[in-house]
Amino acid sequence: MGIIKAKDVSYQYIRRDEEDNIEDVNVALDKINIEVEKGQFICILGHNGSGKSTFAKHINALLTPSEGTLWVDGLDTSEEDKVMSIRQKAGMVFQNPDNQIIASIVEEDVGFGPENMGVPTDEIWERVIRSLKAVDMWEYRDHSPNKLSGGQKQRVAIAGVMAMEPECIVADEPTAMLDPLGRQEVIEALHQLNREKHVTVILITHYMEEVVDADKVYVMHNGKVSLQGTPREIFSQVERLKELSLDVPQVTLLAHELKQAGLDIQDGILTRQELIDSLPR
Amino acid sequence: MFRELTIGQYYPGDSIIHRLDPRVKLMGALLFIVSVFLASNIFSILVVTAFLIAIIVLCKVPLSFMLKGLRSIVLLLVIAGIFNLFLTPGTVLFQLGFLHITDVGIKNCIFMIIRMTYLIVGTSVMTLTTTPNALTAGLEKSLGFLKKIRIPVHEIAMMMSIALRFIPILVEETDKIMKAQMARGADFESGGVFKRAKSMVPILVPLFVSAFRRANDLALAMEARCYNGGDGRTKMKPLKYNQSDKNAYALEIGFVALTIIANILYNRYVSGLFANMLGV
Repeated sequence: MGIIKAKDVSYQYIRRDEEDNIEDVNVALDKINIEVEKGQFICILGHNGSGKSTFAKHINALLTPSEGTLWVDGLDTSEEDKVMSIRQKAGMVFQNPDNQIIASIVEEDVGFGPENMGVPTDEIWERVIRSLKAVDMWEYRDHSPNKLSGGQKQRVAIAGVMAMEPECIVADEPTAMLDPLGRQEVIEALHQLNREKHVTVILITHYMEEVVDADKVYVMHNGKVSLQGTPREIFSQVERLKELSLDVPQVTLLAHELKQAGLDIQDGILTRQELIDSLPR
Repeated sequence: MFRELTIGQYYPGDSIIHRLDPRVKLMGALLFIVSVFLASNIFSILVVTAFLIAIIVLCKVPLSFMLKGLRSIVLLLVIAGIFNLFLTPGTVLFQLGFLHITDVGIKNCIFMIIRMTYLIVGTSVMTLTTTPNALTAGLEKSLGFLKKIRIPVHEIAMMMSIALRFIPILVEETDKIMKAQMARGADFESGGVFKRAKSMVPILVPLFVSAFRRANDLALAMEARCYNGGDGRTKMKPLKYNQSDKNAYALEIGFVALTIIANILYNRYVSGLFANMLGV
């Protein structure tokens, strides 16, 4: 079994009126089946309201499935006494960099997770030093988070999760509020952790460019997984993605248009170099 | 408009006082307040003054920075001084219409002003040399005994430190909302107090909405990082006393004792002398 396995996971947001009668049921997840192997870099794509953030919260046991089961490293998230060890295994980075930093000094924020887990003081420091260095934020250790840029704040948040030594990091649109430079920083930091520390990364996003280097991509639409495969397989289906109101990277789109216009180009071009190479001379 | 707002007023430095354990400084401030109120004559006031000068020199914070805190209470000092001066009964020294100045009045007035000034300066040494975080940690630890009577000390300390973290963020947000509304013709500057207070309402509503949203996000983020209340938590920076902290405690207690001794000495020997001199 993979590190994360979702079997027929469904989740409904139920709105009730004052007398507890059901007013409205909103199916956010509809029989999701996803399996993630250890050490993979996974992307979950989807436009707003596709259920991707709801799924992310399930991995961290912040939400539990209405139906179906989700296992994190073999632990069932609906069993309440396992919640703490699940959160330890699957760390989570959120969208808004300001709203997830708890302490007013960078190093203290990174130490927050280990403190909660009851790690001894000396080891907390070791972990804090290691994680801050891993995201390249060591020199900012005694700064106030308020003075950092968005990308730096998100890297601190990633370090805060790393200090808990999780098996896997779930990043729920970590770049949605950042400028292009900050986005690059954060994505690079996640890739580096995946490569060097072999942490499983699940990146939830709606930026196509961030998906290109993933091992596997899931595309969600209206609470269902509507496409899955390698980035190349996914981006070969330009028309289908458009139906799901998703863009493709510009290069891929250009290649697609050229092919439609009659040029002999393969499907699923992901980088500029690939496009240049496949252009007939 | 809120840019200059600084809460906790920490003055970064590396003096002996800066390095003391926050609990020592909290206790020091408390004992200092007690001493200031115990000091009722020239001897004990001198003891307190000497102690105050000593810590001001030791903490290496510029005096001008420290006296800034006094500026806001000058008016209060003047009013309290005047009341004490004119309205205290005793032997009348001067008479000016219905106002009269008595010997006790002069004495009360001077002591009052000295006490208030010392209180502000003395306690500001504590806040100037201790980061808000250290102060919260110190409070949490020294009030730990209150847990036995079910007061959630850890939770209160956590709330305090989160509040401190979010003050600058909310200040910035207020600024943004005000600018956005000014761009659409809102007027915060003209009109009387009531009109201005009324024009704040459209700022407060979006500010509250966003504060609640932030609180919700933060709660999720804390839960996701295994926060589960104060039980079973370890500390990244645990408070530990070292030798200089112990010495400081001894000095603080010695200081209070000295103030009391000065009082006793004055009452036994000097006050009698004065009474003889004045022929009372």
